[in-house]
Amino acid sequence: MGGKSMIVSVANNIISPLGMTTAENYAAVKAGKSELRRYEGHWDLPEPFVASLMQRDKVEQAFAALADNERYTFFEKMIILSAANALYQTHIDPTSDKVLFILSTTKGNVFLLDKRETGFPKERVLLGVAARQMTEFFHNPNTPIVVSNACISGVCAQIEAMRNLEGGRFDYVVTVGCDVQSAFIVSGFQSFKALSPEPCKPFDANRCGLNLGDAAATIIYTRKEKADENEWVACRGAIRNDANHISGPSRVGEGSYRALRYAIGAIDPDKIAFINTHGTATMYNDEMESVAIERAGLATVPVNGLKGYYGHTMGAAGILETILSMYAIDEHNILATKGFETLGVTHPLMLSNQNQTTDKRMFIKLLSGFGGCNAALLFAKGGAPC
Amino acid sequence: MLNHKVIITPNEVILDGKTLDHNEQGGALLTELYRTYVGDYPKFFKMDTLSKLGLVASELLLQAEGEPRFEAREDRAVVFFNRSASLQADTAYQATIQEPENFFPSPAAFVYTLPNIVTGEIAIRNKYYGETSFIVLPENDPKIMAQQLQLAFLDTMTQSILGGWLDCTDENHFEAHLFLIDKQQFDTIESSLL
Repeated sequence: MGGKSMIVSVANNIISPLGMTTAENYAAVKAGKSELRRYEGHWDLPEPFVASLMQRDKVEQAFAALADNERYTFFEKMIILSAANALYQTHIDPTSDKVLFILSTTKGNVFLLDKRETGFPKERVLLGVAARQMTEFFHNPNTPIVVSNACISGVCAQIEAMRNLEGGRFDYVVTVGCDVQSAFIVSGFQSFKALSPEPCKPFDANRCGLNLGDAAATIIYTRKEKADENEWVACRGAIRNDANHISGPSRVGEGSYRALRYAIGAIDPDKIAFINTHGTATMYNDEMESVAIERAGLATVPVNGLKGYYGHTMGAAGILETILSMYAIDEHNILATKGFETLGVTHPLMLSNQNQTTDKRMFIKLLSGFGGCNAALLFAKGGAPC
Repeated sequence: MLNHKVIITPNEVILDGKTLDHNEQGGALLTELYRTYVGDYPKFFKMDTLSKLGLVASELLLQAEGEPRFEAREDRAVVFFNRSASLQADTAYQATIQEPENFFPSPAAFVYTLPNIVTGEIAIRNKYYGETSFIVLPENDPKIMAQQLQLAFLDTMTQSILGGWLDCTDENHFEAHLFLIDKQQFDTIESSLL
């Protein structure tokens, strides 16, 4: 294994409140749109919250073309729809044993733990069993792999996809990330006092917490000798721990710094169009990222964050934000950090709330999460060495 | 051969093939193992069952390894697999929000509703800055675990892995099957797991 082959993206999809395809999502984000809204009394929760939630009937309408809505949970419909949309752009035969499905999620069907939920077998709350609904739908013979590393799962799943392709056992990996919000998740973040009462403001001086969001996103990778000029290559990624605290980031950005350092390797920072950060808009996360980016010698690289459009989509975030970053560079664009106005972190970062232009062809996706975990992944367009 | 291997079930503890004596069963066994083999890490009592299980199992392995402890390092990964993710912690947290008239969501309970928290607990205890990862499978499958662990060594920083199966369905039902393995030995992971 190893070798000099490249891991190339062949298709993708995003399903979110901003659209059912990547093109719809990218156009909405470019235009500065968001579906972050205030919900009162939703799911019988005593406190209101701001979130970006799917219109569930829209998902059911789309799903009706694929299968019986009654057989699958909302979470399962999201992952199947997203994977199907990406697969239908290709000639990949999902029934082949050369195709692996990897699912990135934190909470899957957790709503089934609620005693009032009786429509599905309780076993479906198990993430592997939920993932099996997807592989069985596509008649894929392989056991699905679920990556569940808190908020960094979407980048971990892509690293896992790269490794499985480099290992040579599979020709395609369908990497699907998804979380759907529920009383369980929202009340938990509320108990942490982590939620913003208004649309979030990543890296802003007045930021006051995160918003949560529903989304599913899929990226399909394959292995090639050399990528074509317009293809995206997943170059090198790392997962590192802060070894500091299970629910607060390291003040010195230890894990993110180490992950960034590994991902950038010997690449000149001047070749990087931007770092797409986690940027949740909590006080501690955004501050930590500014420290880690400076420590890694990347303070001169433009930085953006997309939580102002979608909220924090948890298991989907790493894949959704990767795909939008690819589309942005395809258009020589650095997407605006919606919600950002005045820099509110101690280390200066190159941030903007307007779309900017770039002619560079590389970016880094950065994430951090509970459990002290951090992940960074370098992407490059075309066949240039990385 | 794996460097060291530990198995903990509700009524059995086996370290490197040798059964360890104990008096307790189920959740109380984990507390007994903590008191006998650790003792100086009171954070243990705040943890969910999955983290308690992972902590005592990793302590037994690392004590068997006998290398200097608690020195910062990035070359050791912690990679666990299971079927139930954080089901015990999820169920405990759900109980705090189930009844509107008795609604008391707790941040201390919520933080454990992620399976990878145990990998963070072990990283904190041991100053491991390396990769930490949690993978959930539909069922225990040594072949897939071995494949994914071998692939984890593609990270050139990773020279050894503290890894394996770590599952917990409630406070009294769990199974740890963990080991320490070096990069040089990865070809033998699968045969050792079977």
